[in-house]
Amino acid sequence: MADTPAAGHTRWVRVCHWSVTVSVVLLAFTGVEILMVHPRLYWGEVGNDLTPPLIELPISRNHRHGGWANQTPFFASSGSPLSASRTYDIFNQNGWGRSLHFLAGWLLVVTGAVYLLAGVAAGHFRRHLVPRASQMSVAHFGREVSDHLRGRIPAATGGPQYGLLQRVTYLGVVFVAVPMLIVTGLTMAPAVAAAFPILLTVFGGHQSARTLHFLAFAGLMLFAAVHVAMVVKSGFTRQMRAMTVGHTEPGARTPELASKP
Amino acid sequence: MTGPRLIARRQLLAAGLASAGGLILGGCSRPVPPTYGSLLRLGDNLTYLAHRALLPGESLVKEYSRAELSSFPAVGTTDPAQPAYGRPPSETYRALQRGGFADFRLPVEGRIARPGRWSLADLKGLPSRTQITRHVCEEGWSAIGEWTGVPLSRLLDAAGLEPAARFVTFHSIDGTVDSIDLLDALHPQTLLAYGMNGQNLPIQHGAPLRLRVERQVGYKSMKYVSRIVVTEHIDDGGDLGNPKNGWAWYVGI
Repeated sequence: MADTPAAGHTRWVRVCHWSVTVSVVLLAFTGVEILMVHPRLYWGEVGNDLTPPLIELPISRNHRHGGWANQTPFFASSGSPLSASRTYDIFNQNGWGRSLHFLAGWLLVVTGAVYLLAGVAAGHFRRHLVPRASQMSVAHFGREVSDHLRGRIPAATGGPQYGLLQRVTYLGVVFVAVPMLIVTGLTMAPAVAAAFPILLTVFGGHQSARTLHFLAFAGLMLFAAVHVAMVVKSGFTRQMRAMTVGHTEPGARTPELASKP
Repeated sequence: MTGPRLIARRQLLAAGLASAGGLILGGCSRPVPPTYGSLLRLGDNLTYLAHRALLPGESLVKEYSRAELSSFPAVGTTDPAQPAYGRPPSETYRALQRGGFADFRLPVEGRIARPGRWSLADLKGLPSRTQITRHVCEEGWSAIGEWTGVPLSRLLDAAGLEPAARFVTFHSIDGTVDSIDLLDALHPQTLLAYGMNGQNLPIQHGAPLRLRVERQVGYKSMKYVSRIVVTEHIDDGGDLGNPKNGWAWYVGI
């Protein structure tokens, strides 16, 4: 089989890539739906409509709905926590939203496990993602940044012949952003937080974990936007062929990266 | 495109599906609620089985100090004596409320040795527990409250579980039905709460009696509990329960 790195991406990389794509699209869609139900973010253990938010997002009709009646303090002291009844019929599609989020989460976790095992076994991380010694210089880094800023994106090689910025970005997605999303997500689960209370300590509380989950999501979406833009800019057809059928051109092998900085 | 490659891919897909199926089938010794043909409910059941297989059954949720008590929204049904969600006002509840819930009786029945009807005074006569815990709503908010009540395990002990007992079903004055497995029912922090923040449980928060299932999301902690049935099989409540209405039965996540 002509699955050498120069002839496009290996089969397991391609399968994992599209499986992750499907799960991330579903997770992002349902994640936004879930956030729309309570479009407020907090820091610490607790946060609700009766406590001050860190950020309020005007992304659904639940934004500042103000439908609270019978506000009653629990205690006689001033500044006592309150109880109040909600009178506003909120937007809430979490029945399918949450369950689809977790189903897609399963797909991500299973694919991620396969990817990590195969990646270590195949030396994928060592060979393709850890920066090469020749790339590890300030001058090289500066040149890549300046090339990208000026829109000088090298043409696709149709395989994992990555530049320094790509390698660092992919490592960040694989080993920082996605694990952060999974772990902060699990921290929000009452049964998981009960089993591993250290999660609440590490993230500073349930609502902090929720806020960090959102920030990691925003980071991942920024990555996805730039990723797609770079695919288009560096040769959409060639890149898509490399990530689907695995050949950049039928029957042709991709030349080694010679012209790339 | 070569033939062998296509077949290899199919084999890969088949192997993946088979292993996922194996996970689900492997848990078949543990009963799961009906899926009503929905892939989402199948996913819920996978999460339930995974939690039961991977998480320690005896872990306790974090408890907080009184200084950490927070404001606490009351959502869903906030007064059964008022009409809401297409449901008429409950005259029974209005009468109970007028009498300060002195006439409230909780039937406990099903797979138990000693079925009976418990008044609030009877329940308060059982050993009580007070705990300050975090309520996590599926909507995304959370709140810390202090709950006082009888651990459900104490009530079930008093009622005498039969060996066949596996699930506990709860009926609410607001017309909903839900159930939990025995692992959650016998958990030390699962309470039938009659007090909140040092006072009687407010109407808004489920007076006279609400459930606290601390290792699941808020909607499992049923308000206005009016009847308890111990069962051998899962009673998901059918039309009155969560799965058939599009919501997960197990919500540890």
